[in-house]
Parts: sequence; structure tokens; C-alpha cells
Amino acid sequence: MKARLWPIILIAAGFILSFAIPYFGLLDLYVQMILIYICINIILALSLNLINGYMGEFSVGHAGFMSAGAYISAIITVKCLSSASAAWLFPFAVIAGGVGAALLGLIVAIPSFRTRGDYLAIVTLAFNMIIKSVLENIDAVGGARGFLGMDKLTTLPVAFFWTLITIWVIRNFIYSNYGRGVLSIREDEIASDLMSVNTKQVKLLAFVISSFFAGVAGGLFAHLLQFINPRMFDIIKSTDILIMVYLGGIGSIAGSILGATVYTLLLEILRPLEIWRMVIMPLILIFLMLFRPRGIMGLKELTWFVPVLDRINSNRGVKGIRKWFS
Amino acid sequence: MVLLKAENITHYFGGLCAVSEFNLELREHELIGIIGPNGAGKTTVFNIMTGVYKATSGSIMFNGQETVGKSPNSITALGIARTFQNIRLFSDLSVLDNIRIAHYSGTKYTPIEALLHAGRYRAEEKRIRAHSMELLSFFSMEEFADELAKNLPYGMQRRLEIVRALATRPKLLLLDEPAAGMNPKEIDRLMEFIHWVRNEFKLTIIVIEHQMRFVMSICERLVVLDFGTTIAEGNPAEIQNNAKVLEAYLGTPAVNDYGK
Ligand SMILES: Nc1ncnc2c1ncn2[C@@H]1O[C@H](COP(=O)(O)OP(=O)(O)OP(=O)(O)O)[C@@H](O)[C@H]1O
Ligand SMILES: [Mg+2]
Repeated sequence: MKARLWPIILIAAGFILSFAIPYFGLLDLYVQMILIYICINIILALSLNLINGYMGEFSVGHAGFMSAGAYISAIITVKCLSSASAAWLFPFAVIAGGVGAALLGLIVAIPSFRTRGDYLAIVTLAFNMIIKSVLENIDAVGGARGFLGMDKLTTLPVAFFWTLITIWVIRNFIYSNYGRGVLSIREDEIASDLMSVNTKQVKLLAFVISSFFAGVAGGLFAHLLQFINPRMFDIIKSTDILIMVYLGGIGSIAGSILGATVYTLLLEILRPLEIWRMVIMPLILIFLMLFRPRGIMGLKELTWFVPVLDRINSNRGVKGIRKWFS
Repeated sequence: MVLLKAENITHYFGGLCAVSEFNLELREHELIGIIGPNGAGKTTVFNIMTGVYKATSGSIMFNGQETVGKSPNSITALGIARTFQNIRLFSDLSVLDNIRIAHYSGTKYTPIEALLHAGRYRAEEKRIRAHSMELLSFFSMEEFADELAKNLPYGMQRRLEIVRALATRPKLLLLDEPAAGMNPKEIDRLMEFIHWVRNEFKLTIIVIEHQMRFVMSICERLVVLDFGTTIAEGNPAEIQNNAKVLEAYLGTPAVNDYGK
């Protein structure tokens, strides 16, 4: 019972804090901004972990999905809605961004039916590059100069809320029939197919869910910065997300939360070092790969994120097996 | 009743003809063996039956349905399950998850219900878990439910592969060299085990095996392959005295117990 109570208390405390901090100005704006970044990065890391960690594929174009969400939601709030209604309809704009990204995820999922590994990595890389150059060439959204005019709608409670939704939905997915299908594809795709797992359906779902939440993160990002341009969503951004996933640990929700938090903080702490940051970050990564190649949490999960139904294999009695098979 | 009928199955890998004009009529509840020297095309026959490869030509009717051209998961859902020559468990997952995964096609909830853990999710998950645990207890493996599959001893992994195949609720079970790497005593127990499983689960079984003693004593009928062609078919006694078989297979001194 205790194990069930703690997460609820923490979530409630988190919500209260997320409202109280900006309301009473408990932390300065810079720190608040970093907290929101951590939330956005958790969403990005966890959604990428679904593909790279749980499914064992290697997608390197996650920022491409993020850009779709960012642009779609920004266009909706700036061009389609008045400032007053945008504030209320912001969640729907974010969802629309997620849906747009998910449609792109559908397109990327199709090559994953036939190719995997290096080849699929190249497909996602190409996707990231294509979407960036497409955005650079659409003048209606500012082309390479970028797009602005968004209100700062991504507040701390909003970011916290979306982070919780992401964690909950992805956790639910992983601890389901389809989620086990995702894991079995990582372990052995052919055996998985032969054990009746509809691998195409599972891949499609995984890509759609992953890119949906990347799009959500993009929407939040656009309404935090209030300015976006295609360069923000290039391969470097995708690499950042990859680092968070592999730092925190593949195939672990707790790992992605940890990875996103540590990485975001490190980036800020090392900011005074300027260019040296680019030396230190890769070094950290190299050490990590040498000593903990699956990341800090690598395939381990915090009990809190495991549904009660799935925690222990409480042995049930033997009955009716013959009936089942007759 | 005829459960499976393979007609003129031919399969090429590039220029290599791995299986040529393979025919088989399998009645319900039969236990037959496919034997033949290394590289004869035995595993390829299994791969075609389960949809891993699409036969270059020919047809397989299983339970009244054509399976050539269908995907492996839909063939499994029709009722053909198998094990592998080299163990292919989901090694980084628990024993229980290995079994639960094999319930995929029988699960009755939608992705939306999965994402929200709502609707039929709870009841179905309980059912899948209960069935999996029952199945494991039936094979005295329930205490390993939480163990990662890769941590089981070799013999137990072989057994888990059979249990996992049974979890898909097959009518036809294909066993690819189940005795590989076992000592004579273990093989005796495996023979009893296969008989027992067939009766308990009302199965039809095809085994591929190199060990003559094994197939001669448990199979009711044998098919002998050599270079992709069926060189003989009949009951063990007939096969033992077939000149072609003696020449192609039994006469080969290098037949070993381990296969590949
Ligand atoms: N994927 C493949 N690509 C090309 N050739 C293959 C492939 N799989 C099998 N072969 C070839 O087809 C032939 C039949 O192979 P198969 O694995 O069916 O033999 P087998 O009877 O199972 O042999 P063993 O007793 O060694 O397991 C062999 O010559 C093999 O090299
Ligand atoms: Mg073989």
C-alpha cells in the first residue's frame, strides 16, 4: 500500500509546487525556465526511449517530429486563434501538433517494416534533414528566419502536466500486450513474429506514440521560447535527445527522467565553460559507454513505474489448463 | 482428418534449390519425423510452413486454409507453433513475459484500451497472466517466472521454448532438433515428454531430429530428405531397411548428435 501511496503524494506535491513556484515567485525565472526545460526533455527522452530502448531500433531523427509539433501548434495559436482564446485552447494546439507529428511517424514506420538497424537509422536521419529543409523553404512560416509571435503559454504547471501524461501513457503502453510486443521485437524479431506478435502493428503503434509525444514536446518548446526556426531542430538536437536516453538508461522510464534531468542540468552548469562544454559532454558520454553501456538505469525500472498488476508474479493455482486447450 | 497438406513445395535460395517438390499429408494427432543429413532442407521446410520464407512455388493447406504467402504471425494464429534449432528465447525478458508474449494474437483489447489501461485491459491481463502461470506450473516452471530467460540452465531453456510455443495454442507443433545437446538419459526423458505433451494438448507434432534412436522410437512415420528431395517415406521399420536411406544417411559415418 505504501508503494502505491508515495507516487500519489509526490504527484500532488509536484502539482502544488508547479503552481506555487511561479505564483509566489519561489524560484527566480531562470531556474523556472530550467525546470520547464527538464520537463520538455523528459518528454523527448522518454518518447525516443520507446523506439531506441524498448524496441531496440536506432532512430536518430527525433527532432524532426519535434519540429512538426512546434510549427503546427505555433501556427494554430498565432494564425488561427486570438490571443485570449489561444490561452484556453493551447492544450488542443499542442495535441494537434502531436497528431501532425504522429502522422509523420506513420510514414517513418513503414520503412521499418522491411529494414532495421543501420538502414533504419539512415532513414530517420534523412527524415530529419528533409523536414528541416522543407521548413526552411516555406515562406509562410518564415523560412530559415523562423517563426514568432507565440505567447508564453508553456508555464510550469502546463509542462508538469504534460510530462505526467507522457509518463503515464507510455508506461501504460509498455505494460500492455503491445508493449510486450515492442520488447519482443528488440529481443528477436523473427521469434516474435512466430509467437503471433503482429510486428507491423506493434512498430506502427510504437512510432506513432513516440512521434506524437515528440510533437507535444515541440509544441511546449515553441510556446516557451516564443520563437522557433528550423535550425533548432537539426541533427544536433536529435543527438542531444539520444544522449539523454543513453545516459539515463535504455528501456527504463526512471532512466529517461534521470537522463533528461542530469543532462539539462549539466548543460546549464557547464555553460560558463562555453566551447569547452563541447569537449566535456562527449567525454562524459565516452566514459558512460565504457563503464555502463546501457546507461545509468539500463533495462532496470523503479517499482513506482511498474503497474501494481505487473509487479510480482504472485503464483496462481493450477486449474483448468486442460479445459483451456480442449 | 487431414490437418496439413503440402503440395509440391519448392524453395530456392538464389540458385540453390533447398527444397524440391516436397509433399506431405499430415493427419490429426500424428507424430511424424523429418530426418536427413546436414543441409538437407529440413529447417527450410519448417521455415516455409511457418511463413518465415515464402515458398518459391507450391501450396500448403492447413486446416482448410492456404498458408503460403501469409505472415508468420497470422500462421501462428491459425495454429502452427514451433521451436528453433538454436534456442531463440527473448533472453533479456522474464520467463513469464516470454510466455505472455505468445498470447499476443488471442488478446482482446485495443491499443486505446492499452494506452489508458481501461476497458478490457484489466480482465484480459489477469487472464493472460493466470494462463501463463498455469502453463508454467503445468511444466513445473512456476518458480522461475520472474527469472530472466537467459539465466535458466540449457535444458530448462529448451523446455521453455516448448512451453512458449504451446502458449500460442497450436494444433500443430513443429520441433526443430529438440534433443540437440542432450545426453542419452535426457533424451529418454524428452521422448516421454513429447508423447505426454501430445496427449495432454491434443497436438499433431512434426520433429526434425538427427538422432536415429530418437526418431525411430517415437515417430509413427518418417520423411527422409536429402539435398532437398524426399528420398523415402514410411514407418520406422521401412525406413531402416530402405536402401536409398542407408546410402544417403545411415551410411554416412559423420552423422553427429549435435547438428548446428
Ligand atoms: N537463409 C538462407 N540463405 C541461403 N541459403 C540457405 C539459407 N538457409 C538455408 N540455406 C541453405 O539451404 C540448405 C538447406 O538448409 P537447412 O537449414 O534447411 O538444412 P537442414 O536440413 O535443417 O540442416 P541441419 O541438419 O544442418 O540443420 C543448405 O544448403 C543451407 O546452406
Ligand atoms: Mg536445420
